[in-house]
Amino acid sequence: MARYVLNRLAQAVMLLVIVSAIGFAILHLAPGGPLSQFAASAQMTQEDLDRVTRQLGLDRPLPIQYLDWLGRMLKGDWGKSYRDGDAVLSVISSHLGATLELMVTATIIAVLLGFWIGITGALRRYSLFDSLATVGAMIALSIPTFWFGLVTIYVFSVTLGWLPAGNRETVGDGSFLDLLHHLIAPAMVLALVETAMWGRFMRSSMLEVINQDYIRTARAKGMPDWRILTVHALRNALLPMITVAGLQFPALLGGALVAETVFTWPGMGRLFLDSIGYRDYPVVMGILMFSAIMVLIGSLIADMLYAVVDPRIRVG
Amino acid sequence: MVMMSTGAIRPDQVIAEATMPVLSVSGLTTSFLRERDWFPVVRNVSFDIAPRETVAIVGESGSGKSVTALSIMRLIPKESGRSDGRIMLCGRDLLTLPEASMKDIRGNDVAMIFQEPMTSLNPVLTIGFQIAETLIQHRGLSRAAAEAETVRLLDRVRIPAAKSRFHEHPHRFSGGMRQRVMIAMALACKPKLLIADEPTTALDVTIQAQVLELLKELQREEGMSILFITHDMGVVAEIADRTVVMYGGQAVELEATSRIFAAPSHPYTSALLAAVPRLGSMDGRPRPMRFPVVDKVTGTSDEPVETADTVSTAARPLLEVSNLTTRFPIRSGLFGKLSGRVHAVENVSFTLRAGETLALVGESGCGKSTTGRSILKLTEPDAGTVLIDGQDVLAMSGRTLRDFRKHMQIVFQDPFASLNPRMSVGAAIAAPLLANGLATASQARDTVADLLVRVGLTADMAARFPHEFSGGQRQRICIARALALGPKLIVADEAVSALDVSVKAQVVNLMLDLQASMGLAYLFISHDIAVVERMSHRVAVMYLGEIVEIGPRASVFGNPQHPYTKKLMAAVPVPDPTRRATKREVAYDEIRNPVRAPDYQPPTRQHREISPGHVVQVWGEEWSG
Repeated sequence: MARYVLNRLAQAVMLLVIVSAIGFAILHLAPGGPLSQFAASAQMTQEDLDRVTRQLGLDRPLPIQYLDWLGRMLKGDWGKSYRDGDAVLSVISSHLGATLELMVTATIIAVLLGFWIGITGALRRYSLFDSLATVGAMIALSIPTFWFGLVTIYVFSVTLGWLPAGNRETVGDGSFLDLLHHLIAPAMVLALVETAMWGRFMRSSMLEVINQDYIRTARAKGMPDWRILTVHALRNALLPMITVAGLQFPALLGGALVAETVFTWPGMGRLFLDSIGYRDYPVVMGILMFSAIMVLIGSLIADMLYAVVDPRIRVG
Repeated sequence: MVMMSTGAIRPDQVIAEATMPVLSVSGLTTSFLRERDWFPVVRNVSFDIAPRETVAIVGESGSGKSVTALSIMRLIPKESGRSDGRIMLCGRDLLTLPEASMKDIRGNDVAMIFQEPMTSLNPVLTIGFQIAETLIQHRGLSRAAAEAETVRLLDRVRIPAAKSRFHEHPHRFSGGMRQRVMIAMALACKPKLLIADEPTTALDVTIQAQVLELLKELQREEGMSILFITHDMGVVAEIADRTVVMYGGQAVELEATSRIFAAPSHPYTSALLAAVPRLGSMDGRPRPMRFPVVDKVTGTSDEPVETADTVSTAARPLLEVSNLTTRFPIRSGLFGKLSGRVHAVENVSFTLRAGETLALVGESGCGKSTTGRSILKLTEPDAGTVLIDGQDVLAMSGRTLRDFRKHMQIVFQDPFASLNPRMSVGAAIAAPLLANGLATASQARDTVADLLVRVGLTADMAARFPHEFSGGQRQRICIARALALGPKLIVADEAVSALDVSVKAQVVNLMLDLQASMGLAYLFISHDIAVVERMSHRVAVMYLGEIVEIGPRASVFGNPQHPYTKKLMAAVPVPDPTRRATKREVAYDEIRNPVRAPDYQPPTRQHREISPGHVVQVWGEEWSG
């Protein structure tokens, strides 16, 4: 197992280098640069601009800049934000909490709701419930997150006035209830697509399991229905869900980016968009690397978990 | 004994108690819903099972035998199936019981084991858990007591080191052991009735003998009744006191097993029995023999004759295989380091003449299929030569090999999986002709029509699709496809193993006819020794990748030399209840596998010639004792 993990980590490092190179290239290919903000200001002379360019090291050839950045990263130096000179890691960590709060809440909602819909749909296949769930999932999967977010704001914030239209807390309040009140809308919007996905995957997984011979064996043993469902069927049906979770993680990150933007949620997604706007290269690259590391760790954990939960698989 | 201790009970009461059937099925009809209509699959079936009695239900696929078993357990899905009639278990009518009471009966009073040991156990739960669960549910035992009882049960079904294996998952057990685990699970609550649905069909013949012997022994000790469902008349003769013959959903005959075999009263039973290959029935006949064809309605039979001598006497055999070796590497670890090899085929040599059938027999994993594939270069062998008509097949590649393939074709085991469901059978048969550019479209159509007639179908079937045919018909189509290129050699890899008894007999007859008319050479790969005896000229017995005995069929089966050949033949159930052994000596060992360390050097083998052409490998210490 330890050897397997080491092997995977080595692969992950290589992947990260490739991701960073591509990200770095795309970022610098985009027109404009960190200095275009300053250039708009009348007080900045060409000399000032050249001086800043030299200070930031942006006058060097791109490959050199990349290697310089990579070398610092390998030493654990994530760099400093161009905007205010704060360390990239501390900028990220100050936004991480909000994003995690949103993602964890949405995932909990999506998993609970999705599993329930999926299992019920599988057990009562082709029932009215199953048909409605199927149609509902189709609709949820085809609605763009940003559009659903805007409609939510329009209906619940603008028209009904039940929920705040954005932000994480009311300025000056910040109590638990206030946080919760702000969390509802973005979490629901982010959870919608996730719920539909989990529901579909769980339904097909469950359908496959309940037609297996060992479920017939359990029935022939006279086991009660609830026990067949929880002990015999669910454990098998959940196995493929681990892989799904590993695959869903990047999608969840992407969804969070959109939801955060729509609801002006002060998380990493917002930070990412703002930083791109400012061409704040160190922060953008930092977030890119941070997300990539999270995704890789997520899939590694999923694979390891599989080996722990499924006795047939022993990685070695 | 009963009368001595309880004087109050009258003798006639004791008799009534003793003869009251454990299970009494009367007028059972089970129907399934198909497109809003109820179709009866089991029709008006009645039979009793007395205490300690074994009743077999025998029949072919679709005869309703498994549905009968599931109806007794009430495991037919409620939405799509329903059962009428009466099923009395010890005086209670199971069909009128509420579902809750039925749950107390399942696994407790009636237990069931199934055909597929590989999929019938839950892969994520330990075997101990799965057995103990039943005890906790029905007997109300504590966890600790259930565990202790489970270990005892595992011991009883001869699982070695039962205590330590309690916590292992099913994938660590072989098929035979899993079936023994299933038996332990079924017997946990000492049921009055055990329903065994084809419990040995998926097992190798030596493992089948173990499981049958175990069931008989446990029945003697526990005093339970057994309802044994099978398609194999040999197994019926081995185990059943009485037999129900099912055909088209009806019980056409219900008799003592010995009477069924001695004097079948229903024509279908006669037809079924006639189609059963019996090991030893070919004594003194050197050539293959057709199966008798019995009319299922009238019961009249033709007299089968030994086939004409089809074996070519040309100086050179059609197929010459020498020192064929195929190994599969097992890789593991970070850099895929070689950690071992499967020695699937090890130094195998034999010849096959035109018009001759050589059977390769052996159990799972002995390398018989890999041998067949290696000869056709479907698997790349590591060493050896394969000559067909003197031409080296293994040296060929690309275009030459593809052109040469028309001389050698293969028929696979599963007729359902080996035909493309989206291709009409005519297109499937014509495909090899068109692919090789050997015929124009209209010529191919004529050839297809001709081939379909040859294999006993009609020319107009060419436009139909595989799902419109039965298993036997599909296998005929596969044979027609193999014949399309006019091959000299056909490798039949378990080609009749998946077929029902009577269909199997028909396909064997067809293959014999084709051999006579076309001079085909068959490499007949099979685990079914009784069929092999019927249809082959020569036999090669394979064990762990090696041929341990080869020779004329009459000589090898009439005078087996190698201990493995003897063991294999002894394990074949004899379809004759009068020859049933009272207690067979069965060793509870496993089939060994041919996985070896990377540096393994196969031993140099010596061979001994017993009679002309009958050669046996000299065996060593491992077979003594």
